[in-house]
Amino acid sequence: MTTTAPVAAGPKPAATAKKSRGGSLGRYIAVRALLIIPTVWILVTTVFVLMRATGDPITAALGGRLPADQLAERVHEAGYDRPLIVQYLEYLGNILTGDFGTALSDHRPVTEIITTFGAATLELAFYALIIAFAVGIPLGRMAAFRRDRWPDATARLGAIVAYATPVFFAGLLLKLIFSVWLGWFPVAGRADTRSELTLQRLDGATGIYLIDAVRTGDWDIISDVLLHAVLPALALGLLTAGVFLRVVRTNVISTLGAGYVGAARSRGVSERRLLRKHAYRPALIPIVTVVGLQIAMLLSGAVLTETTFEWKGLGFQLAEYLTARDFVAVQGIVAFLAVVVALTNFIVDVIAALIDPRVRY
Amino acid sequence: MATTASARPSLFQRLPVISQVRSSVGLQRGMLIAGLLLTGIFVLTAIFAPLLAPYGFAQLRDDDGAFGALQEPSAAHLLGTTTGGYDVLSRLIWGARTALYVIVVAVIASIVVGVALGLIAGYFGGWLDRILVVVADALYSFPSLLLAIVVAIVVSGGQSSMWGGILAAALSITVIFIPQYLRVTRAEVVRIKSEPFVESARVIGASHARIMTRHVLRNSTRTLPLIITLNASEAILTLAALGFLGFGIEPTAAAEWGYDLNRAVSDVTSGIWWTALFPGLAIVLSVMGLTLVGESLNDLADPRLRRRAAGGEPAEDLLAPEGDPGSGDGDTDLAEASATPMTKEGTV
Repeated sequence: MTTTAPVAAGPKPAATAKKSRGGSLGRYIAVRALLIIPTVWILVTTVFVLMRATGDPITAALGGRLPADQLAERVHEAGYDRPLIVQYLEYLGNILTGDFGTALSDHRPVTEIITTFGAATLELAFYALIIAFAVGIPLGRMAAFRRDRWPDATARLGAIVAYATPVFFAGLLLKLIFSVWLGWFPVAGRADTRSELTLQRLDGATGIYLIDAVRTGDWDIISDVLLHAVLPALALGLLTAGVFLRVVRTNVISTLGAGYVGAARSRGVSERRLLRKHAYRPALIPIVTVVGLQIAMLLSGAVLTETTFEWKGLGFQLAEYLTARDFVAVQGIVAFLAVVVALTNFIVDVIAALIDPRVRY
Repeated sequence: MATTASARPSLFQRLPVISQVRSSVGLQRGMLIAGLLLTGIFVLTAIFAPLLAPYGFAQLRDDDGAFGALQEPSAAHLLGTTTGGYDVLSRLIWGARTALYVIVVAVIASIVVGVALGLIAGYFGGWLDRILVVVADALYSFPSLLLAIVVAIVVSGGQSSMWGGILAAALSITVIFIPQYLRVTRAEVVRIKSEPFVESARVIGASHARIMTRHVLRNSTRTLPLIITLNASEAILTLAALGFLGFGIEPTAAAEWGYDLNRAVSDVTSGIWWTALFPGLAIVLSVMGLTLVGESLNDLADPRLRRRAAGGEPAEDLLAPEGDPGSGDGDTDLAEASATPMTKEGTV
């Protein structure tokens, strides 16, 4: 998906053919980097237009709960009665300088909210990705190898179930079975109160609990942090695993049919080795692109997973602000996430270009 | 599709889905039929909700007095009651109707807007095309739930009546879908535009409007049924996610599965399973039904991908076309766009 944009605006193949390989890669990265600007601009503008097209955040939040004159005063104080174009330019300027606004409800700058809670979301997304890789890739390979037999049918059905299950429902089921009935894992949160206090008092805490816990060197805290992470990571990771499974399966099947695999087979290479060495590795390249897409989607998933497990990250905080009807904070967090998504897509495209020369033509 | 043979089959056999059931074999046929069954149950439940549901979705008491909160499943309440004292089964059945309304509104709205934009972008090309594609790509790369949240805030301010809520959910989903329809239609239009019959029409002096509607549009709707089924499943998931975040429809206005799951979070902690399990299963089964239909249609849509009855060549799966990230031509766009629901929404 992300690779089609550079195609539209990228250099003509004829122009790059004369250049050396390195030059073409450098040029690809430069063009791709420039494309971040319109993407970010379109996204933050969309957020602004949507949020402001029909009114202002204060009226949306408090309308009907305050007398009209008080409301007008609050709107005036916040500067929401100025012409929209002025506000829009100010908004763009602020974003350029890294200012995403200040929450209405608790008067915290959005950047502070992001630095405080972003680490937790990052940690959860990381665990989920590990699970998705560990489950999705081997199963996808197996499904491709046993194509149309029962392991394949089971794996594909599993992928569909994973897609059809909302992450919060999966979370609730895991919670019900493994923490309420079996008591193996804690019900919610990122750590027990005792560990949490220790971790927060730590000097130069990163906010990523696992790293902080390792730094304390206390095994109780490390295991506590890990136990808390298992269920949320499973809920979010298994659903992503379904996507990986499908991509690996399809790509292994198509590389298994490729000419060079047939050539290797005719030389007497064993089926097992064909799969392992010849068909499997090239099939992993598209995974990079899919991971990029998934990181954007993990953010959607994280909002829901964090709410289910009271995992105090950015998504949980976003849901809190939504409930509190603090739409300035929501707008700021969403605009920030737009920037994150555009940057991840850029990084993923560059990695894909480094691995696979076909991308940079 | 395969219906242009010289001896035309009867009308019944040419109906979209019927013809595909007939041309499928083995596992694929099983998947398609299972999907059709689940989807059928979902649609019928939605249509006949007033007849099927033992109580109203907002009913708290009957002649014997109040239902009581968190009653275990029993003869009077087959699936128990919720914290709020509603009958779980009734809300389950009425929830299907809400979901169907949202699907219908969202899909119709996004087809109208998306197909029109795709047609214009693909047919005229040039700077307008570039801009539309870049905007669609940007919106497409954005986490769809966040986009839906923003739209829901705009449309409803977060709290809603039944139709207000349904429109809010449907519109937020529409915003996510438009880029997909735009891409798919555009890719098809670009392909068809270069066909000889379009050129012939131009030579005999047909107007742009006539060529666009009569010659191009009619031939570029091939992939729409597939995308509609996949998007319908996505619509259910997005509606549930919005409801789960508290942006759904008030419980007294309509029944909505995501909202019920949101209420069930605290029940689960105290070991109460029936308030969470059943609405969740309703979501999973209806989404699965639609996805199975969509996936099977996808496999059957293209003769190259169709499985032969005996020892066919390995057919490539259209749904995950990331194998060739370098080529951005029309055909990959098409494939990518149909890949959307599964690759993109996997985590919602």
